[in-house]
Amino acid sequence: MASSSTAKIIDRNIPMVKLENIRKSFDDLEVVKGLDLEIGSGEFFSLLGPSGCGKTTLLRMIAGFETPNSGIVSIAGEEMTNFDANERPTNMVFQSYAIFPHLNVGENVAYGLKKLRLPKNEMKARVLDMLKLVDLDGLYDRPSYALSGGQKQRVALARALIMQPKVLLLDEPLSALDKKLREQMQHELRRLQRTLGITFVLVTHDQEEALIMSDRIAVMFDGKIAQLGHPQEIYERPVTKKVASFIGVMNFVSGEYLGKKGGKLHVRTSSLGEVFLKPGQMASDLQPGNVTLGLRPEMLTVLYSTNDNSENEFKAKITNVSYYGDMTYYSVEMPGPDDDISISMRNTVGRHVYSVGDVVRIGWGAASIVAL
Amino acid sequence: MKVSIQIKQSLDGWRLIGTPFVFGLLLLLTPIFLMVLLSFWTQDYLDLNRTFTLANYKEIFSHPVFITLIKRSVNISLFVTALTVLLAFPVAYYISFYGGKRKSLLLFLITIPFWTSYLLRIFLWKIILGYNGVINSGLISLNFIQEPLTFILYNSNAVVLALAHAWAPFAIFPIYVSLEKIDRSLLEAGRDLGDTAIRSFFRITLPLAMPGIIAASLIVFIPTIGDYVTPKLVGGTEGMMVANMIQVQFSKANNAPLAAALALVSLSIVVLISLVFLFLNRKYLRRQI
Repeated sequence: MASSSTAKIIDRNIPMVKLENIRKSFDDLEVVKGLDLEIGSGEFFSLLGPSGCGKTTLLRMIAGFETPNSGIVSIAGEEMTNFDANERPTNMVFQSYAIFPHLNVGENVAYGLKKLRLPKNEMKARVLDMLKLVDLDGLYDRPSYALSGGQKQRVALARALIMQPKVLLLDEPLSALDKKLREQMQHELRRLQRTLGITFVLVTHDQEEALIMSDRIAVMFDGKIAQLGHPQEIYERPVTKKVASFIGVMNFVSGEYLGKKGGKLHVRTSSLGEVFLKPGQMASDLQPGNVTLGLRPEMLTVLYSTNDNSENEFKAKITNVSYYGDMTYYSVEMPGPDDDISISMRNTVGRHVYSVGDVVRIGWGAASIVAL
Repeated sequence: MKVSIQIKQSLDGWRLIGTPFVFGLLLLLTPIFLMVLLSFWTQDYLDLNRTFTLANYKEIFSHPVFITLIKRSVNISLFVTALTVLLAFPVAYYISFYGGKRKSLLLFLITIPFWTSYLLRIFLWKIILGYNGVINSGLISLNFIQEPLTFILYNSNAVVLALAHAWAPFAIFPIYVSLEKIDRSLLEAGRDLGDTAIRSFFRITLPLAMPGIIAASLIVFIPTIGDYVTPKLVGGTEGMMVANMIQVQFSKANNAPLAAALALVSLSIVVLISLVFLFLNRKYLRRQI
């Protein structure tokens, strides 16, 4: 495991994919609205957003299936805006896998190699190597209709990787798999990407998947990038309410920003009282006035005994309990006009699970809050 | 309880297929059985000689005129099949890939020839191809030719032309359906893996359209080999086919047993060639489930 991280070369100084002011419309509908993006060499990059946000169109423009109405697409330093898909050093894993039904596994994987006119035994050796890499040993002769969803996924992956692309494009590749298989494939894709050092660009609407797999994530809404950053940045410091609620669960508390006070930002809320934030927790251009504070459910704690204490605390009535086995999610009533907030607690030995109607003490710290 | 439900269900099933089954039995199997029987008898002037004999079959295979007609029928219908499928494919391809929102309109337009009866359409070919027909008088008035062309009507070319035109829609539809079924992302995957448009056509589109092409071939081949009206009206003597001979034997020559034997030989050839098509189709279908 340790060696895999050294094999990975991330060099963001050389953008592998560079998109400049990309615009794309279908009929009268503008799907991508003037977008700039640089994806580094060897990076695992995710385009994350709800359906219809333009992420798949963007991927298809990198692949060469769509041409932007304006803007420049460069791959590995070369401008390729008007190059067809068959002339680009990119390969794609399709959402539907697009396994050729009239060819068997070996023929599917060898499909793109055919035009190289390799000797038969070398071709077969390459295909067998690739099948081994994606854990499909022994399936060389298997007809494609006899493959499971997960196996089709691996064939699609092998078929693309055997072309030794500079960029591998993945269009929601895991959405059709069941939960267990999806988690397994997430780890495997990550492992493959680290071993091969190829730039991966993943399109997904699953925020958890993006967080687990990516080096960097671009969150897209409505044809634009809403936030670009490392998974941790995106999760902990979302820049808008929309990003915050799309990534995981976020509780919102309304307040009023009163200005700076002793190097800290002073927010007055009816639910949490006076809150003091560090400059990093708030957008720099925020003007005094109404503001929304965001708190993740795991950043709040139920204080079980009188010995437990926290930086700040308040008392609240539990309105809903969802027991997940490893975790329990509580909804509690807030003082003031705010909606109920959600708190997640890990279930440990001897820890009591409360019931609806119980009044509990809830602890929170100002450091975990973001102002939006 | 369970058994009675099963009985009831199978009764329902029989009731459902009962009528068509009896219908098929009476109108399909009985005539064929009678034909088989007839083919082993002989015509004795005005009476039927009911002693079992292979004389009719011997006569068919020893008489060159019958062999020639059977060969010609097979050749014409194979040629018609190839021509029809070849012409139908681009039409089906265009509608499926470039039809866009007009797909159903285009499919509807293809059915327009059916608004006129088949017999009338054949007569129209006579008007178009005839001695004083549209083509000849047009070419004469344009001074391209002095004398009317005679090779365009009353021969096998005219039969091929009329049949190919008549059967085109039946070939377009199955090919269209098989093209519609092709997942377009397969073609993108082909392009993504380096194919040009032409290469991906031959490597993906054509193999996947094969069940439709084979179905179209069968649909055209089976009825055309036994076609009687078209060669009768536009074929002349040179374009005469086996069905015309069967008709002559049944009526003018008053030799029903020979006609029956001739019909059964043709039928066997159709069955044989159809089996080849079906075998090919299964081979393709098995790989595509």
